[in-house]
Amino acid sequence: MEPVRTIAGTAVPLRRADVDTDQIIPSEWLKRVERTGFGQGLFAEWRADPDFVLNQPRHRGATVLVTGPNFGTGSSREHAVWALQDYGFSAVVSPSFADIFRTNCTKAGLLPVQVDAGVAEALLAAIEADPAVVVTIDVEARTLLAAAAGVSTTFPLDDFTRWRFLEGLDDIGLSLRNEAEIVAYEAVRPAWMPTAS
Amino acid sequence: MERLASQNVGRQPQTLADKVWASHVVHRAEGEPDLLYIDLHLVHEVTSPQAFDGLRLAGRPVRRPDLTVATMDHNTPTIGLDLPLADPVSAKQIETLAANCAEFGVTLYPMGHANQGIVHVIGPEQGLTQPGMTIVCGDSHTSTHGAFGALAFGIGTSEVEHVLATQTLPQGRAANMAVTIDGDLPAGVTAKDVILALIGRIGTGGGVGHVIEYRGSTIRSLSMEGRMTICNMSIEAGARAGMVAPDDKTFAWLEGRPRAPKGADWDAALDHWRGLATDEGAVFDKEVTVDATTLRPHVSWGTNPSQVVAIDDDVPDPDRIADAGQAESARRALTYMGLRAGTPMRDIPVDTVFIGSCTNSRIEDLRAAAAVVDGRHVSAGMRAMVVPGSMRVKADAEAEGLDRIFTAAGFEWRAAGCSMCLGMNPDQLAPQERCASTSNRNFEGRQGRGGRTHLVSPAVAAATAVAGHFATPEDIR
Repeated sequence: MEPVRTIAGTAVPLRRADVDTDQIIPSEWLKRVERTGFGQGLFAEWRADPDFVLNQPRHRGATVLVTGPNFGTGSSREHAVWALQDYGFSAVVSPSFADIFRTNCTKAGLLPVQVDAGVAEALLAAIEADPAVVVTIDVEARTLLAAAAGVSTTFPLDDFTRWRFLEGLDDIGLSLRNEAEIVAYEAVRPAWMPTAS
Repeated sequence: MERLASQNVGRQPQTLADKVWASHVVHRAEGEPDLLYIDLHLVHEVTSPQAFDGLRLAGRPVRRPDLTVATMDHNTPTIGLDLPLADPVSAKQIETLAANCAEFGVTLYPMGHANQGIVHVIGPEQGLTQPGMTIVCGDSHTSTHGAFGALAFGIGTSEVEHVLATQTLPQGRAANMAVTIDGDLPAGVTAKDVILALIGRIGTGGGVGHVIEYRGSTIRSLSMEGRMTICNMSIEAGARAGMVAPDDKTFAWLEGRPRAPKGADWDAALDHWRGLATDEGAVFDKEVTVDATTLRPHVSWGTNPSQVVAIDDDVPDPDRIADAGQAESARRALTYMGLRAGTPMRDIPVDTVFIGSCTNSRIEDLRAAAAVVDGRHVSAGMRAMVVPGSMRVKADAEAEGLDRIFTAAGFEWRAAGCSMCLGMNPDQLAPQERCASTSNRNFEGRQGRGGRTHLVSPAVAAATAVAGHFATPEDIR
């Protein structure tokens, strides 16, 4: 993945709870074998409504999505993350994320920013009132700042994941540094464990 | 095993999940997630093509093709298997999996193979799923395999590539949650109703960050199929995994399956498996108890699996939901579902019944549904289909004559696959079509654009097909 240090931009307010990955990218789009081009399918069903927040010209060019709790629930499809990135989002701000979605974000380089419910509400209200509100997220400092919304807060990001974001590190390469330990583990696995071959 | 027993002396009591986790740590370092060894990686056509591409780009092989098993399930048709796929995009994905498996030496059960089926049905069926293992798949319903006391969880495509390349996965620790369910289930109440009731209570985020261990007398009394149904929907409560401690029922179910250990290996495995149960005095981070004796058959009314009621209840009134966000979700859901608050659930007419999916497509599910429709016929205008979870389930059901019971009752009898659970193949709902479904998700558009999904047990699905509206087997007797 590419290094991510700072994200600064306008935001889209998606005032909905429990947004599932079937909504983020409908299953019809999952038939593709490529990793790119999913932005068109982002929230495809909801975008059929001309009033849907993503269709509003005033939010064009936003790089941060602010949403309700339990974002990314349901299916494990990483295509949901790829669709958000391909559309132009670099970070998602929510009071809580579903576990698999959150992991998929950290693998693909989309920053999951977990904030208190009150902070999310303040951001939603401020952006709904003024789409020009700028949100600035600092990965190194683990801070989110939106002066116009009166928001200045920290967010949780473990040291290891933060380091991977800052350096843009390949997770597989990191694990393969432990090759000797993997080999040693394999040597003592019980012989009765199942194999496919 | 003696060695394991002696290691346990003086150790803090551990949960089942902790034990499986601890025995799979390849590398542990301060400030890093544990690197876990993965015993079994299940692969299907939808979440793997980009992962195999990644391997090719980096010039990496599949490290352990012998611990990797692939099948085609998500977008395979369930009729006309001998014909070319109607959808060229699906066809390409299917062909891509076959080509990737051939190139990287991965065992594949392709469309039409006797072992083909939904990935979470064939793992247990082949005896590949065993207690104490770590199992992953690029599919959130991997939690199903926890019914055997395995630590099994869904992963994304980047992680699929990671496991293909390294047979390991870095994982942050999960918290432990105990769900203790005690008492005898009332007549007509099934494992599906237990898990729907639980999700209704704790919500779709209730298990986030946790591995749920299902415990108590109700769980002990359930069949392996019932336990799989419950563990399957752990993800619908947001949990990272669901588990049940293995017991004699687990071992009896596994013994003799193609990939289960044999002879002396079986005895060695059994010794290990018997030590996996949560120790007396182990501490859970969160505990929930459910009184099974008070449960009723459940039906979902909304667009997430926590929006459920007992079949005897009415469609709820959003104005009476205290939480503003949940009330707004309920309003949106009722609009999408075309329902009015206060309507008795039994008064809602149903267009389609789908019996299938990794939640409820095993032989026991099909027997339960067949018992209800035997000698009866589906309601006029009702579209009803049964999609067995695997080609082996299909063959077993046909050997018992279940297919004839279903077809005589007016059901379509199909080949194995995910089918209408997620509508990636031609089995889909039309806009506004209302479906009683034994699957796991009632999200908007899940079974087809504009389709309206109600989650139910196989018994309620079958009775509903006959009645034409939501009904229990008791209602049509």
